[in-house]
Amino acid sequence: MRNMFAKVLTQMAAADDRVVMLSADIGNRLFDDFKTRFPDRFYNCGVAEANMIGMAAGLAANGLRPICYTITPFVTTRCLEQIRVDLCYHHLPVIVAGVGSGLGYAELGATHHACEDIAMLRVLPGMTVVCPADPVELKLAMLQATSINGPVYLRLGKKGEPVVHAQEPAFTIGQSLNVKQGKDVCLLSTGTILPVVMQAAESLESQGISCRVESFHTIKPLDEKLLARAFHDYRLVVTIEEHSIIGGLGAAAAEWYVDQAITHSRLLRIGTPDAFLHESTHYDTARQRCGLTVDNIASRIAQAWTHASTSPSAVFIQQVS
Amino acid sequence: MSTLATSHAVDRSALARKVRQTILRMSFQAGAPHLASALSCVDILVAAYWGFLQIDPAQPKAVDRDRLIFSKGHAASALYAALAHRGFFPMNDLETFGHDGGRFAEQPIPWAVPGVEAATGSLGHGLPMGIGAALAARIHKLDYRVVVVMGDGECNEGSVWEAAMLAPAQKLDNLIAIVDFNRWQATGRSEEIMSLAPLKDKFAAFGWDAHDVDGHDIDAIVHRLNHRASGKPTAIIAHTIKGRGVSFMQDDNNWHYRIPNEKELTAALAELA
Repeated sequence: MRNMFAKVLTQMAAADDRVVMLSADIGNRLFDDFKTRFPDRFYNCGVAEANMIGMAAGLAANGLRPICYTITPFVTTRCLEQIRVDLCYHHLPVIVAGVGSGLGYAELGATHHACEDIAMLRVLPGMTVVCPADPVELKLAMLQATSINGPVYLRLGKKGEPVVHAQEPAFTIGQSLNVKQGKDVCLLSTGTILPVVMQAAESLESQGISCRVESFHTIKPLDEKLLARAFHDYRLVVTIEEHSIIGGLGAAAAEWYVDQAITHSRLLRIGTPDAFLHESTHYDTARQRCGLTVDNIASRIAQAWTHASTSPSAVFIQQVS
Repeated sequence: MSTLATSHAVDRSALARKVRQTILRMSFQAGAPHLASALSCVDILVAAYWGFLQIDPAQPKAVDRDRLIFSKGHAASALYAALAHRGFFPMNDLETFGHDGGRFAEQPIPWAVPGVEAATGSLGHGLPMGIGAALAARIHKLDYRVVVVMGDGECNEGSVWEAAMLAPAQKLDNLIAIVDFNRWQATGRSEEIMSLAPLKDKFAAFGWDAHDVDGHDIDAIVHRLNHRASGKPTAIIAHTIKGRGVSFMQDDNNWHYRIPNEKELTAALAELA
C-alpha cells in the first residue's frame, strides 16, 4: 500500500501545487520520484513527529495541503496533542497518513504496532478517519481527502496487501462499500483485514451461512445509513478490525447501536485483544495470536449466528478473546 | 505594505506604557490571571508591531503579511492589547476580554480575532507552526517574515527543541524566535525547574543566529529584529522582568495568577501614566 501511496501522492502533487509531503525520516527510496519532480515540496522533518504536525498546521494555515507520513503509532498516538490542537482545533486541511497500521510491523514488536489509533483519533472533533482495505481504496481515498478541507487520517497497511477491487469501485469517504451480497449476516470490515474477512465469509457460505460483506472504510464520519440498513435487514451484524476491541469500529458501531435501542438484532465485535504482544513475529502469526484468522473469525460468527438466529430479543454483544 | 508606525516616529516607550495600562484594565475587568506574563512581553510586542512587522491592520489576512505567532498564549491580553492599539480592531472590543462566550478568550481561539495567527495556550506549538508558515513563504516565493514569541517556561516543552533543530537545517532565515526570558514559570523560578540558561548559547548551538537583548529596550529589540542573518533563523533571547512596569508586581511570581483589586489597579495605572 505504501507504493500506491507514493504513486498517488506524486500524481496529486502534479495536479495540485499546494500538495506538500512531510516525512518523519522514513520511506527510504519511496519518494525519490516525488523528490526529483517537486524538490521544494518534500520535507524530511526528522524523527520529530510533534514538530512535523505543527509544521503541517503552519503550512496548511498558509494555503498549502500537507501530508504527514510515518509509521502509524508515531504519526498518531505519539503526537496526539499536536493533531488535536494544531490540526483539529484549528480545523486545518492536513492529511495524516500512518503506514503499517494494526500489526503491519509485527516483526518490530509492539512499539511499532498500532491498535489504539482509531480509538484516539476518532474521538477528536472534526477529524475524518479512513481505513482503506486495499491499494485501490487508498488511491481513491487520497484523491478525495484534499476536498475535505479539514484534517483526515488515512490508516495505511504496509505492503503486499491483496487487491480486493479488480476495478475501481464507486468510492466515497463516509460511505461503506459493498463487496459481497448475502442474506444472513452482515460483516462490516475496516482496513486491510478485509481479505481475511472475505475468506471467512466463503467458509461460512459452505456452512450454510450467507454473509454480506462491507468494506466499512470510514469510521468517522460513521455511515449511519448503512448501519441502519444493516441492523434492520440482518439479525446479526459483525465488525472486524485489526485494532483493539476497545474504541475502534466495533465501539463506534456499538455506540450507535445503543443509541438506537435496537432489540431485534445483535452486534458481534471482533478486534485485537486489550493486550500488547510481547513477541516479534511474522504478520500472519501476529494476526493468529490476536484471533484475526479466517478460522477464528468464521467460528465466532457461526457461534453468534446460532444465538442470533434462535433467540429473539435480548441485546447481545460479545467480544472475541 | 508598510509599517506605518515607523514612518510616523511613534514614541514607542509611551506606547508601551499605554499598552501596559490597557492590559491592567483588562485583567481587572475580566478577573483574568497571567498578568505578570503579559506585562513582561509588552516591549517585545511594541518593538515587533511598531518597529518591524510589515502588516496592514485593515488587511489582517493579506497573503504577504508578516506573521507574529504569539506562542505564550496564556499572556493573550498582551497580544490583544497590542493588536487593538495597532488598529486591528476597535479598542472598545477589549471590554469583552474574558467574557462569557466572548471572542477575546483568555487563551486565543482559532480565527476569532483579526491579527491572531494561531490558537495558542498549550505551550510549544507556536515554533513548529511558525516553521510551517516560514516554509510556506518560501514555497510560495513570498518575502514575508514569521516571528514567534515564546515564554521561557514554554521552552521546557520538547516540541520547541524539535523545532529548534529543524529550522536551521532548513535554513529558514525568514523565521525569528523571541523568548520572553523573565526567569519565572507558573510555580517557580525557571532555573530551579529546568536547566534553561544559557538560552542564547543553546539556540546558537542548534544553529540559530542567537542574541541576548535587554527585553525592555525597545530600540535594541527593533534593531535585532531588523537584522537578518543569511541562511539562519534568528533567536532573540529577551531578558525581561516578569510583571515589568508596576513596581509592586515586578519579579513577584504571585502575579502569575493574581488579579489586581481596584486599589492596586489605580496604583499601577498611576505608575504608568
